Amino acid sequence: MTTYYSEEHEWITVEGDTGTVGITDYAQNALGDIVFVEVPEVGSNYDKGDEIAVVESVKAASEIYALVGGEVSAVNNALEDEPALVNAQAETDGWFYKVTLSDASELEELMDADGYKAFTAGLE
Amino acid sequence: MLNKQGRQTDIVNLTELSQDSFTTHSGNKGLEQGELLIYEIGDTERTGVDLEEVGEFKDRLGGLTRGHEIGLAGLSEPEAMRHYTRLSRMNYAIDMGLYPLGSCTMKHNPRVNEKVARLPGLGDIHPLQPLSTVQGALEVMDRLAHWLKTLTGMPAIAMSPKAGAHGELCGLMAIRAALDKRGENRSIVLAPESAHGTNPATASLCGYKVKSIPATEDGHVDLAALKDALGPDVAAIMLTNPNTCGLFERDVIEIAEAIHDIGGYFYCDGANFNAIVGKVRPGDLGVDAMHINLHKTFSTPHGGGGPGAGPVVLSEALAPFAPVPYVVHGKDGFSLVEHLEEGSDSFGRMTAFHGQMGMNIRALAFMMSHGSDGLARVAEDSVLNANYVMASLSDVMTASFDGPCMHECLFDDRFLNGSGIATLDFAKAMIDEGYHPMTMYFPLVVHGAMLIEPTESESKQSLDQFIGSLRHLVAEAKAGNKELFSGAPYLAPLRRLDETLAARKPVLRWIKPEGNGENE
Amino acid sequence: MRYLPLSHDDRSQMLDKIGVSHIDDLFRDVPKSALLKKPVDLPSHMSEMQVDRNFRHMAEKNIPAGSHPFFCGAGAYRHYVPSTVDYMIQRGEFLTAYTPYQPEISQGTLQALFEFQTQVAQITGMEVANASMYDGSTACGEAVLMARRATRKKKSILSGTLHPQYIEVVKTATKYTDDIAVVNAIDTYSVDTLIDQIDDDTNCVVVQYPDFFGNLQDYSKLADALHAKKALLVVVVTEIVSLGAVRSPGSMGADIVVGEGQSIGNGLSFGGPYVGLFATRQKLVRTMPGRVCGETVDGDGKRGYVLTLSTREQHIRREKATSNICTNAGLCTLAFTIHMTLLGEKGFRHLARLNHSKAVKLADKLSTLDGVEVLNDSFFNEFTVSLPIDATEAIENMTAKQILGGVPLSRLYPNDASLKNQMLVAVTETVTEEDMDRLVSELKELINA
Repeated sequence: MTTYYSEEHEWITVEGDTGTVGITDYAQNALGDIVFVEVPEVGSNYDKGDEIAVVESVKAASEIYALVGGEVSAVNNALEDEPALVNAQAETDGWFYKVTLSDASELEELMDADGYKAFTAGLE
Repeated sequence: MLNKQGRQTDIVNLTELSQDSFTTHSGNKGLEQGELLIYEIGDTERTGVDLEEVGEFKDRLGGLTRGHEIGLAGLSEPEAMRHYTRLSRMNYAIDMGLYPLGSCTMKHNPRVNEKVARLPGLGDIHPLQPLSTVQGALEVMDRLAHWLKTLTGMPAIAMSPKAGAHGELCGLMAIRAALDKRGENRSIVLAPESAHGTNPATASLCGYKVKSIPATEDGHVDLAALKDALGPDVAAIMLTNPNTCGLFERDVIEIAEAIHDIGGYFYCDGANFNAIVGKVRPGDLGVDAMHINLHKTFSTPHGGGGPGAGPVVLSEALAPFAPVPYVVHGKDGFSLVEHLEEGSDSFGRMTAFHGQMGMNIRALAFMMSHGSDGLARVAEDSVLNANYVMASLSDVMTASFDGPCMHECLFDDRFLNGSGIATLDFAKAMIDEGYHPMTMYFPLVVHGAMLIEPTESESKQSLDQFIGSLRHLVAEAKAGNKELFSGAPYLAPLRRLDETLAARKPVLRWIKPEGNGENE
Repeated sequence: MRYLPLSHDDRSQMLDKIGVSHIDDLFRDVPKSALLKKPVDLPSHMSEMQVDRNFRHMAEKNIPAGSHPFFCGAGAYRHYVPSTVDYMIQRGEFLTAYTPYQPEISQGTLQALFEFQTQVAQITGMEVANASMYDGSTACGEAVLMARRATRKKKSILSGTLHPQYIEVVKTATKYTDDIAVVNAIDTYSVDTLIDQIDDDTNCVVVQYPDFFGNLQDYSKLADALHAKKALLVVVVTEIVSLGAVRSPGSMGADIVVGEGQSIGNGLSFGGPYVGLFATRQKLVRTMPGRVCGETVDGDGKRGYVLTLSTREQHIRREKATSNICTNAGLCTLAFTIHMTLLGEKGFRHLARLNHSKAVKLADKLSTLDGVEVLNDSFFNEFTVSLPIDATEAIENMTAKQILGGVPLSRLYPNDASLKNQMLVAVTETVTEEDMDRLVSELKELINA
């Protein structure tokens, strides 16, 4: 089980050919109180870079782009009733969706935990 | 005989209670009265109207009679009067004070406009009455069209758009129709990054992608960047002039020529027309289409969010593509073209009937009251007032750009640096001073924007008071009196509202407490 | 100038403070060639009395609806609006307030909007409603665009008995998007024929209720067929008073209900401003256009209202917004709400029943005339009448006799010769029995002439 990070502040934890995706704690902190998450439909297919979800605060909406291509196998329905989960536990219970990877090599362009930490430190 | 009856007239300090700490049984505080929802006051049995009795008859509703209770709460007339009067007193309004919302042109709304709009011959006429019975109404539309065309120096006008954004849609559709007619399939509309949100939203309804043009250091459109972005795929540029930083785009003629050179069109967002009405004709600047917010420049009341009206003036090139309906001069007086004629280039119809007649009447009354001389003065005084505010505050607040400004002046939050006070806090503290805040966080081109538009309706005395309040707040902010801001407003009917809660768990209607008395 | 408070002295003092000598120095960014040297060629300013007189002259050239027997409808209806309504909406605190973006000092507007949304949801039988659109026709255009967003499918099917101008507005709204609006012929409106047209690309079917010609249909079966294809039922109501008498669209399974709310609280005003009603299901609320007001609490825990779900709107979402609408029907919604509050459940139902009873009475009276036929099986307060003579001419002739007798169908369908003898007749509570008798006798005379 490995977790990768993107410069758009998303994370993906991969187990076998399934990845679980969410936004990072850094991102939720920057966005402020999250009021709504629009998750993709289970069974839909996306290419890397496609707009796949939207996360909203009171005064802003941010698009989330697919980190990797594949088919959406599950979504976090708990977010519908409790979007605050993303603020509370961005990198665990606040996950957005699970995807069956179509090409694991797409993960190679992402950062590991240390790389992301250094990346965000550079943003301060 | 000394009469010692009668009430006591000397003021004595009866208690040590302050207004703030005073609690009452009702929750009201003198004239400050709370008010429940109609559903909590009234019920389904009560009514405030008397209607004639209905005798027995056989209905012809096709078996679709509504059975179950709808759940509508009724109030008797005195209760309704009191309810809405109490609610009204929780609003700020132009009638109460300066309303410095930048880009909104909150000017005085003359009451003669309300009066004439309610004349039975103008207010109580049906849109589909025979045209012979509404000649006066068509005359109002025709006269208003003439005034607007003359003031803008444009040859044609579409009168039906219902508000500014609807006017934008009208203008952009005319542009798209003109390009389609030329057989050109262009896909991009350029808009400055400081544009109103309606611009990109409208462009996308016309199938265009928006490309953002940056601003220069001094708050104008970056002409070089604009020229770089021009190409055969550009359909139009949407430009607000004066722009949302409160500045006149001094390169506007060059911009118009550049867009025309590549075969595109110049859409001007006329939201800020108040600054130049009677002084500059957009037609002389190369504009192809421009909407005019009658509820801004021409004083029709904002009414808590509407209604507005957004007629669109058009250049010769775009005139053939204007929507129906429009007024024409026929042999028996005025006539109305309501249908697309064979071979017409018109892009279609934007709304049922003929547009915002009620707003047209009010706007025309405003124009006739001012005349051509008074309208130029409107522009001059609105610009003078804004520059006076800017000149009187620039030493303590940070103006984003050098003046002169047009009818609004833009500040940013640099003067609050290090105070721990944000633009929002500063604005909310203005409420305690008795003012509606200025436009905040717009335009997006400066940090923590504060856009102040005083309009021509303000006297010098009123401006001086406003300036005094702002200078006082700046001094308090600089003195570190953070509480005055972070908790503001203290003196409004309500404290700051929890917008996160509202958005997370939307409650958009009243629901009967013991389960939803849902209608059939 | 009565509206401009600055004096000559004020102006010079202010110019001094600014540090310029002449007002035109402030216009220095305007290209010299474009700054006007003299006033534009329009009349000069007028006193209030002169303005008043000018408008009276223009008003006198029109025949007001209230001065004669009046039977026009077709999407705009003359109802009696209680005096309280017009008094209240002219209170400066309502009339001269902006959009309630500062909720702490806009609770009056906001609470009234919350009441409005509740009333609209209740009347239409839906779960939620927005804070209004411009009018019924533009709301209809928005409903079609919303159905596209909600279903991600392209095709919208419009019933042939949808108001013809609403059809035109939908065609315009979808003209430059990649949506497809399928417009049916005037005789294609029955539930079964509409069901036959639904396919996998269909995002919605739009029907009117009562339809443009006044007929009532149960759309439940249509809703079921649409839902089976993951498509939406859009129901348009142009005479909102009807919903005090007939089943709500929500009860038939509608997913979006749009309406013209002018009948309640708002005058005819030659076609605008009116008030667009827009109601839908809770689960679709994030694809809904327009502003919406929601309940919350303030810092002290007191209940209050704010504009919410703004991330759908143009000022935040820009090109991805659900609509470009900003200004809406504001004050007209307030008029609607106050009138509806005065009516209440009891008054609203009574009003609807009164309208219907009068319409039935006039339909019966007209049916007694030779060659005159009421074409409806069912109706609420408006029906279609077939005459043995040209309807436009008949109405024009009646005008000379001080009767505004209805709307000839040729006004809306100028190219359909088969409709030239037909007219729409609307009967509201404002029509008296004497008015009806005058219409009947006048028509009789015209037919026999």
